[in-house]
Amino acid sequence: MVSLVSRLKPLIAAACLALLAIPAAASAQSQKVLKFIPQADLRILDPISTTAYITRNHGYMVYDTLFAMDEKFQVRPQMVDKHEISKDQLTYTFTLRDGLKFHDGQPVRSADCIASIERWAKRDALGQKLAESTDAWTAVNDKTFRLKLKKPFPLTLEGLAKPSSNVPFIMPERIAKTDAFKNIEDPVGSGPFKFVKAEWVPGNKVVYVKNTDYVPRKEPPSWASGGKVVKVDRVEWIYIPDSATAAAAINAGEADWWEQMPPDLIPLLAKNKQVTVKNIDPLGSMGLLRFNFLHPPFNNPKMRQALLYALNQQDYVIGIAGDPKNGHPCYSYFTCGTPLSNEISADPLKGKRDMEKAKQLIKESGYKGERIVIIDATDQPIVHSQSLLTLEMLKKLGLNAEVQAGDWGTLITRRAVKETPDKGGWNIFHTWLVGPDMVNPAVNFPIRGTGDKAWFGWPTDNRLEELREAWFNSTDVNSSKKAASAVQQRAFEFVPFIPTGQFILPTAYRSNISGVIIAPMSLLWNVEKK
Amino acid sequence: MLAYIIRRLFSTLVVMTVVAFVVFSLLYLTPGDPAAVIAGDAATTDDIARIRANLGLDEPFLVRFGTWAWGLLHGDLGTSIFTKLAVTHLIAQRVEPTVALTLCTLLVAVAVAVPLGVIAAAKAGTWIDRGVMAFSVLGFSVPVFVLAYILILTFSIELDWLPVQGYHNLSDGVWEWLRHLILPSLALGTVYMALIARITRATMLDVLSQDYVRTAQAKGLAPSSVLIGHALKNAAVPIMTIVGIGIALLISGAIVTETVFAIPGIGRLTVDAILRRDYPIIQGVILIFSAAYVLVNLAVDLSYMFFDPRIRY
Amino acid sequence: MSTLALPAARSTSPTWLRLRNALRRHPTAIVGAAVLGIMILVALFAPWLGTIDPQAVAPLRRLKPPSAEYWFGSDMLGRDVYSRVIYGARVSLAVGIAVALFSTFVGLAIGLVTGYIRWVDAIVMRIMDGLMSIPSVLLAIALMALTRASIGNVILAITLAEVPRVVRLVRSLVLTLREQPYVEAAVAAGTTLPRILTRHILPNTVAPLLVQATYVCASAMITEAILSFIGAGTPPNIPSWGNIMAEARSLFQIAGYLILFPGICLSLTVLAINLLGDGMRDALDPRLARRM
Repeated sequence: MVSLVSRLKPLIAAACLALLAIPAAASAQSQKVLKFIPQADLRILDPISTTAYITRNHGYMVYDTLFAMDEKFQVRPQMVDKHEISKDQLTYTFTLRDGLKFHDGQPVRSADCIASIERWAKRDALGQKLAESTDAWTAVNDKTFRLKLKKPFPLTLEGLAKPSSNVPFIMPERIAKTDAFKNIEDPVGSGPFKFVKAEWVPGNKVVYVKNTDYVPRKEPPSWASGGKVVKVDRVEWIYIPDSATAAAAINAGEADWWEQMPPDLIPLLAKNKQVTVKNIDPLGSMGLLRFNFLHPPFNNPKMRQALLYALNQQDYVIGIAGDPKNGHPCYSYFTCGTPLSNEISADPLKGKRDMEKAKQLIKESGYKGERIVIIDATDQPIVHSQSLLTLEMLKKLGLNAEVQAGDWGTLITRRAVKETPDKGGWNIFHTWLVGPDMVNPAVNFPIRGTGDKAWFGWPTDNRLEELREAWFNSTDVNSSKKAASAVQQRAFEFVPFIPTGQFILPTAYRSNISGVIIAPMSLLWNVEKK
Repeated sequence: MLAYIIRRLFSTLVVMTVVAFVVFSLLYLTPGDPAAVIAGDAATTDDIARIRANLGLDEPFLVRFGTWAWGLLHGDLGTSIFTKLAVTHLIAQRVEPTVALTLCTLLVAVAVAVPLGVIAAAKAGTWIDRGVMAFSVLGFSVPVFVLAYILILTFSIELDWLPVQGYHNLSDGVWEWLRHLILPSLALGTVYMALIARITRATMLDVLSQDYVRTAQAKGLAPSSVLIGHALKNAAVPIMTIVGIGIALLISGAIVTETVFAIPGIGRLTVDAILRRDYPIIQGVILIFSAAYVLVNLAVDLSYMFFDPRIRY
Repeated sequence: MSTLALPAARSTSPTWLRLRNALRRHPTAIVGAAVLGIMILVALFAPWLGTIDPQAVAPLRRLKPPSAEYWFGSDMLGRDVYSRVIYGARVSLAVGIAVALFSTFVGLAIGLVTGYIRWVDAIVMRIMDGLMSIPSVLLAIALMALTRASIGNVILAITLAEVPRVVRLVRSLVLTLREQPYVEAAVAAGTTLPRILTRHILPNTVAPLLVQATYVCASAMITEAILSFIGAGTPPNIPSWGNIMAEARSLFQIAGYLILFPGICLSLTVLAINLLGDGMRDALDPRLARRM
């Protein structure tokens, strides 16, 4: 009898839940629901194991961070209440603020923070750098923990406040213990929104509800710092793969906010007085052309330099962003509009396009008519238009170039192939990075010259690495700028990749939405819906 | 007849096994690597290798096929590499929209096309006939996505009668459900209408020239009852065949329609899965598609008996 | 050899005669043939029709509406749409015709064998069922991922999807034909199987296959456009009517001409082929429609 009851228990519980769910669903009508069309489909819930921007944005919904960077590139405490740095710069002591709770009701403890940071430090480039200098993380008590360094690491707080992928989000210790190369499945965080797993339809819909237990900071929001005050009850991410349909949905009021729209479609929304189209991303994104350093002809620096003289960023910006209003050339290896960007040694890329000089360099390189394979992803317009422009440029230079088209899934698999181009390898591919990922030598991963360990293309250049190391040791703004200029100077000689310009994809939202935060990533708190 | 059904079901199993094996091998040979997709843009070659090892993608072909087939026998299609959700769950989430879209399309197509075809045949050679034929040829000649955009532009944006995109569950209310299905069904159904109208007209013309129909007419039966009672019933068999064959056509079209109208159906699940190399989903979905196709065709074959009593199995 | 060829020639010539007579009676079919002929000429003489390099990009002159300079306007990379549409005729027609030819010949070969050899029939038809049950779009994406996007893969993927339909048609024809008295007589007289197939069966499949081929050709051109839409079609640097439209699809309200011109060409050509097919069907055998 007892066993029967206990066996029936879950059933009864389920029935009660179902009964409760009906009024809940009914009252959903009167709730404030923000309908958001995201830039991509959310498929991976783990912001540490992937650098995908959509997963980063998901991370900002459900997780919180110890520190955050504001719009003036200053580090502000977020979950941390106060922190102390010892005089010798070797000991950092952090104290968490009151009232921090995970979505499962557990308080946020020092152990959770330490486990999360340690997992992040296994994957993130800046995190790895921090880990090299780290002696140990220790919990003083449940709310206070300490970082001891082996040698001073001036970027410690910048690392913990890193705004873009990978962001050091804080997760419960039990989840943060997962292998850093394995995806976590349980999206429990302490952030301003809760993920509703039962309503998740991958490829279509992601649902978040307001975390009513969240205690926001008192400061006004600036990027991901300050108070994360949620002003809606529920957020639905509706993924619409077809941009013409998404534009129509915004026009018809079926969605409130479209994160990123192709600039070409602006005229469709401009006529509608209910819709605002705006560039809210202050840093935009940077396009880039990447060489393969393992195979001819681009293993020869002269060949890479030749393209610097030929590549016209104006063309690329317009090819990607459509309208000159939505982009501009950026003759720097660091995101334009940020402290370290500069135009030192940029003349080959900046001046009047000099095809004769380019042809001369090609001649000097001893190019023997090797076939140049550009791999293209036709489902990514930003990659596709760059590929076609590069093909045209190479043809004009008299090079034997060819575009091999596939989808993005094929491209990212193929670019990891180190074989020669005729055996499934490649010579050139294009992609783009958001501004925060190129702001300094620490996060700028395509610039690195660590050979086999470097990003696809595998350039080896010890000089670049030395200069990067020197930058880490710079202590103030001026020396940091100087060291970054030295990195860039070397980059224009060595040419690990060519920046193809900076562009901004506008966002569009309806007039019943207010309080959108200007930031290089979409943040959904502070947004009000009438 | 029972023996026939059992035999057919058995051969269906054989077909499905072939499909399963072919699909699995094809995907195994595909160079795409989900580990690279998971790792993201900033990953290194080493990162990808570690993720791949964690996912078990380094196992040899037979081991992976064996694991998958063993799960399949237990009704387990595996879990998505990316979302970590069960494939059966992901498919179940998306069955309703696709089934609703397909049925609605079939219904609209048959309801419009068969009368059109019958009228065209009855008035063969007149301007009505030519009009129907012109429509049917035109219907073939416009790609489904172009048609879909024209429909959205006209009925959603200009006239503001119907929603642009999305899908509402039937449990949220019949009207909301139907409203969201009208444009997609029209877009997808036009090719179908064209096809069925043609076939209906042609078969009807054929049947109308048969002796027994002439006899019926000579007996003085009303033209309408000759058309429907005698002719259409005999024309049903080829029409049903087209419906069956067209299922594959419909599935291909559904992928496009679901993309344009942002309907969370199985078609889009498949394309998304292929683009990111989520093998367990692709395998599961293709199996489901083939099963649906084979079963629909079995139903079609059985329907012959209903329409044409001369056919016996 | 000559004894083999003669009867075949005898039984095909009436087909052509009937065809010629019927086409005279069907003005729409003649219109269809004429339009198709013009399109083929356009495709052949593309370089001499005032075109420039269809792949040449000029981002600064993007999205220009039709003008004296750009007859059909320019696309989002500043390519000349007129040149792309004219050159696109080559690719679209090549895909349509190649698929029609390949699927007819492969389907014919398989259909003849399966229609005549019962034990092969059971196996082959199950495989055909399996093949038909995989949507062609999925097959195409898989093939593209397997190697890389190319016209050859598009043709292969669509052909694979069309073959089972041709096989079914041929098989049903063979099953009827083999019951005919003259075939039974030939079997009784000890004629070998290859001879029966080539002499008696094959000539009688020509007419229906010809009609079927026109439909396959038309539908292949549409399928190519759909594949381009999904991103599994002809590589976009090689213009086809389908991928010109697919690439510009999100701009259909802003630069409608990008879809209009290739759309008109595609629809017109498909229409022409269908009209031709209809005319041929009515001409050759009105009762054929039943098996289509």
